[in-house]
Amino acid sequence: MDIRVNWIGFKTLVRKEILRVVRIWVQTIVPPAITMTLYFIIFGNLIGRRIGMMDGFDYMQYIAPGLIMMSVITNSYGNVVSSFFGAKFGKHVEEMIVSPMSNATIIIGHVAGGVMRGLMVGGLVTIIALGFTNLHVAHPLITFSMVILASTVFALLGFVNAVFAKKFDDISIIPTFVLTPLTYLGGVFYSISLLPEFWQKVSLGNPILYMVNAFRYGILGVSDISIGWAYLIVAVFVAGLFALNLMLLNRGVGIRE
Amino acid sequence: MRALSIQNLTKIYANGAEALKGIDFNVEAGDFYALLGPNGAGKTTAIGIMTSLVNKTSGTVKIFGHDIDTDLESAKACIGLVPQELNMNLFDSVLNVVVNQAGYYGIDRRTALQRAEKYLSELRLWDRKDDSVRNLSGGMKRRLMIARALIHEPKLLILDEPTAGVDIEIRRSMWDFLRRTNEAGTTIILTTHYLEEAENLCRHVAIIDEGRIIEDAKMSTVLRKLQREIFVLSLRDPLTEAPILPGFETSLRNDGELEVVLDAKVDLNSLFDVLTRAGISVVSLRNKANRLEELFMGLVEGKHQVSGGQGG
Repeated sequence: MDIRVNWIGFKTLVRKEILRVVRIWVQTIVPPAITMTLYFIIFGNLIGRRIGMMDGFDYMQYIAPGLIMMSVITNSYGNVVSSFFGAKFGKHVEEMIVSPMSNATIIIGHVAGGVMRGLMVGGLVTIIALGFTNLHVAHPLITFSMVILASTVFALLGFVNAVFAKKFDDISIIPTFVLTPLTYLGGVFYSISLLPEFWQKVSLGNPILYMVNAFRYGILGVSDISIGWAYLIVAVFVAGLFALNLMLLNRGVGIRE
Repeated sequence: MRALSIQNLTKIYANGAEALKGIDFNVEAGDFYALLGPNGAGKTTAIGIMTSLVNKTSGTVKIFGHDIDTDLESAKACIGLVPQELNMNLFDSVLNVVVNQAGYYGIDRRTALQRAEKYLSELRLWDRKDDSVRNLSGGMKRRLMIARALIHEPKLLILDEPTAGVDIEIRRSMWDFLRRTNEAGTTIILTTHYLEEAENLCRHVAIIDEGRIIEDAKMSTVLRKLQREIFVLSLRDPLTEAPILPGFETSLRNDGELEVVLDAKVDLNSLFDVLTRAGISVVSLRNKANRLEELFMGLVEGKHQVSGGQGG
């Protein structure tokens, strides 16, 4: 592998992805900011006042990390799936396939673009959250590393979706029927200690629960699950999904005849 | 040095269609090579395999000695591709399309910008560099694909019907550009349905039909295989019926022009001698069809207008 070719190729992909996000900022940045503002007003402020405290924090403070994480993972996923599927649909994926850039670089470049968008939106949602409540970061390293890792997992999942997608409907099915339910059931709005024991155990099968809780631990210092397990699970997902994507691209699934 | 070496290349698609049935051909470095064939003959599949857009079933492909099975990235670095169908992000700017492509080939941004100015200027697109691709005309989009393919200055340029759908003026300016590019040392493989284009530009031709190479030789050698040509003559005084010209087959067209079939062994002077003796005055003369077109039709329709010809 030519390191120089791949390094410049990677920088080109990331630059292209960031320019794309900025160019269509009305579609990429504004909607999640509006949605999250509504969540803070309705769930945090109006309903939250009646809920009271959760795990020792007022409800607004409790849901803020979950909402930030939710916006990061949905935007990381959405960026990669729409960008790579758009490249397939418009056939300009061929610009990358014919080049000497490795398949690993193509994946990493798109994932980095997805993470960048996730962080941009996450940063904006954090600023919005600070308009509603106070957030003191208890463990900065855990907060930052978990947001990057979770964003990477969902960017990689978005890549898998884009590889298999054949029409635009296919890139909305997974977010609608899998990602959104798992996110809502992943402890964004509640502590799983509120659930009956059976559903607590079922919830432990939801990977988003680990990401949301580890991120919440980073900010508030409270979590429903072990942080070590969260890192292990997220690391396994990153490695597994990267290997899967590499295998798919090497075989040309969804790209080459 | 061989720019391209293909041996026993086969492709069977998932639906069972056998697009390539074991083709062999070589392209020498510096050549201008035409790959011709009717629709569905296997040209685009062959190009797809060379550029790794299509997985081969079996066979060997080497680009400047780099085997695509063992040294794919080096092979890819040698190739610039102008595909048949538009494959650019229509919402990107013209400049971004070529500069990004340079980045994928490991060319730093400063060099990429210098080359972008060079190639976009040569292809008369520099003044449109900030426009979205979707705002370009069809001919401009085709020229942009050529600029994009050249931005990493490949040793082998592959053009799959680059002038399809562009007007004659732009087509001719593209021919001039491609000639200059070839003279500067770039090996070019061209597929086209304009056989005049291949005859004008290429020094070597291979004809592929139903997944097999049915002719592969120098252009001059191929054209010499023509046994006869049909000329259309405009006459000063229109005739009402075809004249009988000893040694020549004639027919009268609806527009009053005279068609004469000329055997390859007979020279045009003999025809004019006969016409003069018959008192027929000719104002102008042209080939009924492009010479390569006649040969091509003869080969692919199996009419055996040429002698020999099952090359490989």
